[in-house]
Amino acid sequence: MTTWPILSVVTFLPLVGALLVYVSRGDDEAAQRNSRWIALWTTVITFAVSLILIARFDPSVADFQFVEKAPWLANTITYHMGVDGISLPFVILTTALMPFCIIASWKVTSRVREYMIAFLVLETLMVGTFSALDLVLFYLFFEGGLIPMFLIIGVWGGPRRVYASFKFFLYTLLGSVLMLLAIMALYWNGGTTDIPTLMHTTVPRSLQTWAWLAFFASFAVKMPMWPVHTWLPDAHVEAPTAGSVILAAILLKMGGYGFLRFSLPMFPLASHDFAPLIFTLSVVAIVYTSLVALMQEDMKKLIAYSSVAHMGFVTMGIFAGTIQGVAGGVFQMISHGIVSGALFLCVGIVYDRMHTREIAAYGGLVNRMPLYALVFMIFTMANVGLPGTSGFVGEFMTLLGTFRMSITTAVFASLGVILSAAYALWLYRKVVFGPLVKPSLMSIKDLTFREGLTLFPLVALTILFGVYPKPVLDMSAASVQQLVNNYNTAVTAVKAAALLQ
Amino acid sequence: MSFETAGYQLTPVLPELVLAVGSMALLMLGAYRGQGTTKAVTTLAVVLLIATGVIELLLPAGKLTTFGGSFIVDDFARFLKILALIGSVVTLILSAEFLSDPSRRIFEYSILVLLSTLGMMVLISAGDLISLYLGLELMSLALYVVASSHRDNAKSTEAGLKYFVLGALSSGMLLYGASLIYGFTGTVSFAGIAAAANEPSIGLVFGLVFLLAGLCFKISVVPFHMWTPDVYEGAPTPVTAFFASAPKVAALAVLTRATLTAFPGILSQWQQILVFVAIASMALGAFAAIGQQNIKRLMAYSSIGHMGFALVGLAAGTPEGAQGVLVYIVIYVTMTLGSFAVILAMKRGGQNFENIGDFAGLSRTNPTLAFFFAMLLFSLAGVPPLAGFFAKWYVFAAAIKANLFTLAVIGVLSSVVGAYYYLAIIKVMYFDEPLTKLDPVRVELGAVVTIAGLFNILFFAYPGPLVSMASAAAKSLF
Repeated sequence: MTTWPILSVVTFLPLVGALLVYVSRGDDEAAQRNSRWIALWTTVITFAVSLILIARFDPSVADFQFVEKAPWLANTITYHMGVDGISLPFVILTTALMPFCIIASWKVTSRVREYMIAFLVLETLMVGTFSALDLVLFYLFFEGGLIPMFLIIGVWGGPRRVYASFKFFLYTLLGSVLMLLAIMALYWNGGTTDIPTLMHTTVPRSLQTWAWLAFFASFAVKMPMWPVHTWLPDAHVEAPTAGSVILAAILLKMGGYGFLRFSLPMFPLASHDFAPLIFTLSVVAIVYTSLVALMQEDMKKLIAYSSVAHMGFVTMGIFAGTIQGVAGGVFQMISHGIVSGALFLCVGIVYDRMHTREIAAYGGLVNRMPLYALVFMIFTMANVGLPGTSGFVGEFMTLLGTFRMSITTAVFASLGVILSAAYALWLYRKVVFGPLVKPSLMSIKDLTFREGLTLFPLVALTILFGVYPKPVLDMSAASVQQLVNNYNTAVTAVKAAALLQ
Repeated sequence: MSFETAGYQLTPVLPELVLAVGSMALLMLGAYRGQGTTKAVTTLAVVLLIATGVIELLLPAGKLTTFGGSFIVDDFARFLKILALIGSVVTLILSAEFLSDPSRRIFEYSILVLLSTLGMMVLISAGDLISLYLGLELMSLALYVVASSHRDNAKSTEAGLKYFVLGALSSGMLLYGASLIYGFTGTVSFAGIAAAANEPSIGLVFGLVFLLAGLCFKISVVPFHMWTPDVYEGAPTPVTAFFASAPKVAALAVLTRATLTAFPGILSQWQQILVFVAIASMALGAFAAIGQQNIKRLMAYSSIGHMGFALVGLAAGTPEGAQGVLVYIVIYVTMTLGSFAVILAMKRGGQNFENIGDFAGLSRTNPTLAFFFAMLLFSLAGVPPLAGFFAKWYVFAAAIKANLFTLAVIGVLSSVVGAYYYLAIIKVMYFDEPLTKLDPVRVELGAVVTIAGLFNILFFAYPGPLVSMASAAAKSLF
């Protein structure tokens, strides 16, 4: 079999597209049209190539596949790429959502070329983050994503975009530099930054604690976990629609992915020690941010807070350290990626028409936009976690997984399910139902073909994964199993040693 | 008494000899043919510097010493000399416009840059305290004059005077320290001091402190940084670019060589000094730059911070640390020269603009220039995948290996604070409403910006050669 570097192709194809957009010059109208089409085709082709990954992926193998290795910085810091069952779903999620983001940005008129370049570069960095198997390479992609996102929020964002972009950038950077130091410490401890090697390197207990905290600082901000979530509502509100989609659907997942890839396998003892802390923070995130979401007047802000709450389920499930919890965390992230991305697209659709995101400015949309009302309802239900939608599976599995480890946590987290129903249904009622009395809404139009194109595939996925979650769960099963086994072995060994003394 | 011909070969100093004789010849040319020769002298000076670099590369490999060990040519020296020469060449290229103004056609400018570069080369190769002082003074004296080369400008004159007075003070401290060290060890050669200085006697430590203080003046780190913002702001912009690049290379080189080869026995003594200096510089560089409106003053504080980062590597006192310093200084020099080329290109209607507000909307009026400047600024902030990140990676990795955790944590935190003001410039360029278009950017400025920008963006793709050269250079010190 010919072995072409398929993973690198998926990663760097968008960058090639960005270069094409850059060199395509011409008069303004034509250049804008060209760059849109180039960007769309690039993302579609990238998605198509990434489907080959699924086709060739062997879900029964827990280890990394499609591995590529080349010398880079030094003998011990290499260009090492590969995916396993945990990272592949995220790679696919990224490549799958990008075309929708480009289509959703079709009406962007200012500085289109730069806009498309920023998104394509961002795609490369996101795919790279999920497929890097070297800590330095991972950090490069992980942090590099800040640059295009900073520009996306700052250049194409709303009125408070400067504040939001600075807050986003500095918050994330602050978390990450501590992780950088931990990466260095791991480098000197294990003599390498190769992730598969480091997963089998014992890290001394004291270093585990510090390194865990440093990685936690980075991923907790990215996730975001309470109380370091405050950048998210600002960034979401100010970012353009596609930026919000990327932020909610993919960038937030990097935090959860980081916990799965680094914290649990490399620092199992510290993860075990700090699990109560994570449980507490997760429960606070679930309950508190749900309550905060109830009070929001801005649609995007409400969804942003609901994202924080949903990510609480993910962290809770991951650190439960059970198969159901971890698998549920992965599934919840994928599901949330689809659902929250779609919700932001829904908000973007009415925003494009009315240029406001204030909940009070809407009402009775169902009268003029039946199709929109239907789509929005499905995503609202998925956000609530209604059985039959993908949102249910993730929440249920994480709760199930956590219940075995900490009943209190699971009980309090269940409260979040009720609260999420409260705010999501409240939002839906305010915006979609009620009499259509506002004069500005009298002439509002239903979904266009382009908008339908972005939403209907996501509707299909939401319902498909709701009734048949097997594809995603199967893909990650072997890797999750291995991860949980290693984690439990390490924890049990230490407990046994403590008992012997 | 027999003359030791073996210890006094001229081959190792051939590049310096060529540079010295060449600059004398150019001085004659200028003196006899008048100010009309400014352009020719500048061009020939560039050629001379390039020739010097080529000869340096053609020298026999390995470690060469001459003049009884007071002049050393090793991989470390070669690496940094080439860098200093590149810095000087780029400075002369950046100065072309400054010198083309009829009121400022001063051919001495290029000669002074050449002499200063000669001083740097001696400094980088210094193997004892005497040649250290010789090189340092040759470099500095030329710099004082260059700083005030904008003769009719009060600020430029003030900058030159301020630099001179404080520089003289620092030279005095350095000499005092050198004499104490000589008094307590009985030798001036680095190798001899290293052999004698195993125990931290009080006199030796005193001498060391004064020596370090003098050198810290030259790389402008806290608490010896006071002159930097004023001199950077007052001096003509090409001169500021020069100050921020080549002399820093030379001074950092001699600081590295002196601490690592002359005082390895009392590492803990100078390590704590360098840790303090590094922390103070990084913090001051980060916080003081926030309030700056003038881009040159901002670059001054930025350079203070960056020297602090470079010292993080040196404070580790290990080969990894020295390698970190070398990688850092190369990347720092390219970032700085690129940024100053952008600042020089900020002209509207023949007038130079230096305020950060003048960059407003540059991304729309001059997209390519703004893009490269933004990348240079992200790089200065240390954001991956740009070169500035790798610079920080090597110094901090060395510090972590040497268990300097406090230093590393404070360092990365101040790099986050520092990121704020770089972002603020990018914000002005990208988020604000545009002003009028700039004058057409001169070819040489555009070239420098493009090369520096591409180097910074593409460094991640092929970092191998620079890293391994730096590694070899660092090993030659141990």
